[in-house]
Amino acid sequence: MTASTAAAASEKIPVTVLTGYLGAGKTTLLNRILSEPHGKRYAVIVNEFGEIGIDNELVVGADEEVFEMNNGCICCTVRGDLIRIIEGLMKRKGRFDAIIVETTGLADPAPVAQTFFVDEDVQKAARLDAVVTVADAKWLSARLRDAPEAKNQIAFADVIILNKTDLVSSAELREVEARIRAINPYARLHHAQKCNVDISEVLERRAFDLDRILDIEPEFLVAEDHDHDHDGHDHDHHHHHGLKHYHDEDMQSISARLDGDVDPLKFMPWLNQLTQARGPNILRCKGIVALKDDPQRFVFQGVHMMLDGEPQRDWRPGEKRESKVVFIGRDLDEDEIRKGFLACAA
Amino acid sequence: MADEQSSLTQHVRAFEAGAHVVAAAFVDDEAALALADGSLLIGAPDAGRRIVAHPDGAVLVATSDGNRLITGGDDGRVVATSAAGEAIEIADEKGRWIDAVTTRGEVIAWSAGKQARARDAAGALKSWSAPSTVRGLCLLPKGYRLALAHYNGVSLWFPNVAAEPTLLEWKGSHLDATFSPDGRFLVTSMQENALHGWRLADSRNMRMTGYPGKTRSVSWSPEGHWLATSGADACVVWPFRDKDGPMGKAPRECGVRAARVTQVAFHPRALVVAIGYADGLVLLCRLGDGAEILVRAPGEGAISAFAWDLTGARLLFGLESGLAGLLTLPA
Repeated sequence: MTASTAAAASEKIPVTVLTGYLGAGKTTLLNRILSEPHGKRYAVIVNEFGEIGIDNELVVGADEEVFEMNNGCICCTVRGDLIRIIEGLMKRKGRFDAIIVETTGLADPAPVAQTFFVDEDVQKAARLDAVVTVADAKWLSARLRDAPEAKNQIAFADVIILNKTDLVSSAELREVEARIRAINPYARLHHAQKCNVDISEVLERRAFDLDRILDIEPEFLVAEDHDHDHDGHDHDHHHHHGLKHYHDEDMQSISARLDGDVDPLKFMPWLNQLTQARGPNILRCKGIVALKDDPQRFVFQGVHMMLDGEPQRDWRPGEKRESKVVFIGRDLDEDEIRKGFLACAA
Repeated sequence: MADEQSSLTQHVRAFEAGAHVVAAAFVDDEAALALADGSLLIGAPDAGRRIVAHPDGAVLVATSDGNRLITGGDDGRVVATSAAGEAIEIADEKGRWIDAVTTRGEVIAWSAGKQARARDAAGALKSWSAPSTVRGLCLLPKGYRLALAHYNGVSLWFPNVAAEPTLLEWKGSHLDATFSPDGRFLVTSMQENALHGWRLADSRNMRMTGYPGKTRSVSWSPEGHWLATSGADACVVWPFRDKDGPMGKAPRECGVRAARVTQVAFHPRALVVAIGYADGLVLLCRLGDGAEILVRAPGEGAISAFAWDLTGARLLFGLESGLAGLLTLPA
């Protein structure tokens, strides 16, 4: 084996998870990804093998077998079929560049994500890139009222494709967007018709990469304040002006911030206890904290009870040492989280 | 660590298999490798015949009882190949991946998702649909009965009996299944980095835990008194001699190194176990005194397949990186 192929073999295969309620346009997005002239080869894991027309060399049918891990953690579910399929796909290494997992419309994204936290072999071979949720602009508001699965998919998303915007008025569009933001203000949100989004906004997001946790500001605030990460052709974020404010009855995002350092001897036990006690209700969490006497930023992220954290990089000269955490979940006690976090101040 | 003096490395013929080695076997006394690119390599190192058993596919699972190499692919096919290179299609599951395969004599059994199938010597095909995907299959040493490992337990299935299989229940996801050679014990490897066992006489449960990783390779000693296992930074060997098996007993550990054991294979006639590691090193270890002999120095990736020939004169091994080697023990 030459040095370059050895290096290529050691790279982890990115895995993109496509979710979205029934009829939102997941298959449209999938076919768009596959048909673009990007020169990449994808292994696609779909449910209900053979039912939908996907023109791709490597399509694997999955059963979506969600298993409870026998480790005493009540919300620790994984996709057993995914572990098996990724193990099998690794035997075809070199024949594809990335994996796309399409879930059923009623699927909870958590077991898919947790599979990457729990299984050592999967971790070695592949990395979760992002959870991409396709939402139907016309029907999402109704689904958020009557389908808990649809709400989970929005809350969990790193990227949301608000599809079929041509079928709604601009007032309806603002309304559905506000409902999405009430649940998940952090995801990248793109408007689309027939899922016509730039594929680079969907793939290679590195949303679960601790190195990429730069800041955790709500997406629309970032976009309105300084539109720095767009190169002109993407005007989606301008629609956010005049955003209505909604409060979702049961799913919220809670962010807390404190100036300066936290005491690691207080913060780590607090974070562990909170995710242990409230894990079933916490869908995602993320944070950047300044640990007392530590020159490096500590970053973490989690899914339900599972946490992944590490020192990321040195605080830069002149960079303000501050600590921020974000939790997205169901029936979260904002007061409990905020007070608990602030009590960790060094 | 292996004594520098005790090395068999000069008795190994290394060769290129060409793709991730999924399984190794001796078929009619000839070295045979099943490869992830869908092909088989049968014959002497560098003079092997290449047989494409799964065109455009990958071999996912393979097994042999010495006469044929049986492979299951991601093309949904089960293929039996003789040493002469004659490949016969046993089954076509219409593109559904073959997850497990086992054989004894003329009997071949396989699974694709929840569907388990068994074909007897006369070619009669029986099917049973398990409650979840069947990850492991094993034939009882005597009689026509199969263990099917799946989520939350193992089902014991008589393909020729209409009654529902007996369920041995244990919470969690069971991967590979193996019977002790005397048929007294059934052991599964689990997703939760543990082995689970049942004493078949009374279905008593045995838990074998403490592994840092999953156990995906197990091997019984020739008389069936010991079970060697992968999944730790040593080969963990459980005692099965007594009527209670390993219950209440500590396992032996041999070949302790700072690398994960990926493959194990007991010598067919002696209490010597071949141990392959994630870093490519291969050792022979004598169970009695723990003496070690180096077979392959580390490098080029994980050991992914092992097979001894019938008499234990040769050890065939393969690596994930597509390399292979044949050790011929000095007479």
